[in-house]
Amino acid sequence: MSYLVRRLEFFVITLWAALTLNFILPRVMPGDPGQAMLVRYHGRVSPETIKAIEVAFGLHSNEPVLQQYLEYLRNTFTGNFGTSVTFFPVPVGDIIKQGLPWTLGLVGTATIIAFLLGTLLGMLSAWRRGGFFDAILPPAFIVISAFPYFWLGLFALLVFAITLGWFPLGFAYDLTTSINLSWDFIGQVIWHGALPALTIVITSIGGWILTMRNTMITTLAEDYVKMARAKGLSPVRIMLMYAGRNAILPNLTGFAMSLGFVISGAILVEIVFNYPGLGFTLLQAVHSEDYALMQTLFLMLTVAVLVAVLAADVLTAILDPRTREQG
Amino acid sequence: MAVRVVTDQPAVETPVVADRRGLLATVARALASNRKAVAGLALFGFFVLIALLAPVIAPYDPSALQFDQMLPPSGRHLLGTTGTGQDIFSQLVFGTRESLLIAVLAGLGATAVSVLIGVSAAYMGGLWDHILNLFTDVFLVLPTLPLMIIVGTYLNNRGLLVLIGVIVITGWSYGARQLRSQALSLRNREFLEAARVRGERSLYIIVFEVLPNMTSLIVAIFFGAALYAVLAAAGLQFIGLGDPNSLSWGTMLYWAQANGALLAGSPVWVLAPGLCIASLGAAFALINYAFDEIANPALRPAKKRR
Repeated sequence: MSYLVRRLEFFVITLWAALTLNFILPRVMPGDPGQAMLVRYHGRVSPETIKAIEVAFGLHSNEPVLQQYLEYLRNTFTGNFGTSVTFFPVPVGDIIKQGLPWTLGLVGTATIIAFLLGTLLGMLSAWRRGGFFDAILPPAFIVISAFPYFWLGLFALLVFAITLGWFPLGFAYDLTTSINLSWDFIGQVIWHGALPALTIVITSIGGWILTMRNTMITTLAEDYVKMARAKGLSPVRIMLMYAGRNAILPNLTGFAMSLGFVISGAILVEIVFNYPGLGFTLLQAVHSEDYALMQTLFLMLTVAVLVAVLAADVLTAILDPRTREQG
Repeated sequence: MAVRVVTDQPAVETPVVADRRGLLATVARALASNRKAVAGLALFGFFVLIALLAPVIAPYDPSALQFDQMLPPSGRHLLGTTGTGQDIFSQLVFGTRESLLIAVLAGLGATAVSVLIGVSAAYMGGLWDHILNLFTDVFLVLPTLPLMIIVGTYLNNRGLLVLIGVIVITGWSYGARQLRSQALSLRNREFLEAARVRGERSLYIIVFEVLPNMTSLIVAIFFGAALYAVLAAAGLQFIGLGDPNSLSWGTMLYWAQANGALLAGSPVWVLAPGLCIASLGAAFALINYAFDEIANPALRPAKKRR
């Protein structure tokens, strides 16, 4: 299982890099956000919170850096992220817990739809080289992939919500109702999520179409595909089970590595639609210079991407026997 | 932000350059016969021209608050006016300058870092390659926008150079990865072996033997990075992390959103700058893709169905 071990190494190192970046940034950046926060908090919060802020922002200049670092790591792993300024005095952890499901639901669903649909279209496009799909789709999606996510979101908002009135103007559900598990509420969530999800699907699908097409062109030239044709297998079977199946693996790896880009775009989409996920929370944190919240959001988004990457790696290891052979 | 899918496909072997003029002529011929390249270059040239001739084209001073607010498009104001009474068309024309400048400078910066890290990783090999490659992958996976937002907020300096710097720091990794895999495939070719036997220094070999053979990939990476820069800058300026007093398409979108242009019945204010960003981005994307096709003939559209 050396493949999985190597990927696990990558997971741990990237996580460590993100954690360390989070630790270093406030210390090397100009200005003194930590001191500013302490002044703002003075007399309003418990001594433990003050201590956490001091640790997070490196205000104990008399303590050795290594000790600060270890204390920071311990705080992070025990979920002690400090208190938010924006939503004072709610702990940062609680705010993240509210936003995370919305982001995961929206981005996860949209990304999976985009991946499946894009892979299928890329497959068709490579199978019929020079055909209808191949002539229209790749160039069209090269152009669409150049659109800013948020602008496409604004455009969708203008056409479908403001002009036509088919969809709501934003947020994840009707603010008049509270969160519950009724069918009515689930319907609301889907109805509110449709436009943001559509925006993410349209802007991210082009990447999957193009890579799938390009990988599939390579696999179509392989001998086993010629052999399958010579055996007289049905074209659909060759396309799906021979050429397509082998082209999916590199696409899956690419899928995982590109999630960071998707998350970045999704943050802007959430902002446009006032969607109550982590991206929207991030904007609020920026506006009130809420450093503790901002940094934890960065950490959480990184962890979300890394877990998805690891999942894709495990899937690759299951699907591709070659990753298991090399001992 | 565009999705850039990363695959581990082996890099295409490029032909060894015979002489410099021959290479440029080949690239020029390949570009002229590629429709995507022609469309992309034409669009790019169009924006360069607008940026250069901005004072001639724009009918009014872009920042003068001299007109009625939120006027609809008309003969006097082609695209109407903003919530503070500036002429939107003039703003759009002058905004081209900063948007183009950010794209080109950040694109160049990111490409330089990509070349430095990607090529050294492949050339040095061994442990260095492992470390640099891991470093590249880490930057590839980290969600760049939150990182850019945090750095931008900390710096609390909304200047142009900060914006470009932040984009370069977060935008180099994709190109570095591509360059590394191509440089790896070049590593053991005879002409490099010959240079080593001649006793050339590593720096000479990298600059005069390896890099010229990767020209088309480096150009493709530049346009890819420029596309990333256009979208990243627009995104950052849109959420207010740019200089709000500067004149660029992203800043126009920020003010349009801050004034609720969509709901206030002034959609042109949002649509026009967005369309410009999308067109400039599309130009870069088309050129980038055309260079990919030039470097890898297998991807070219089939002339006829077999």
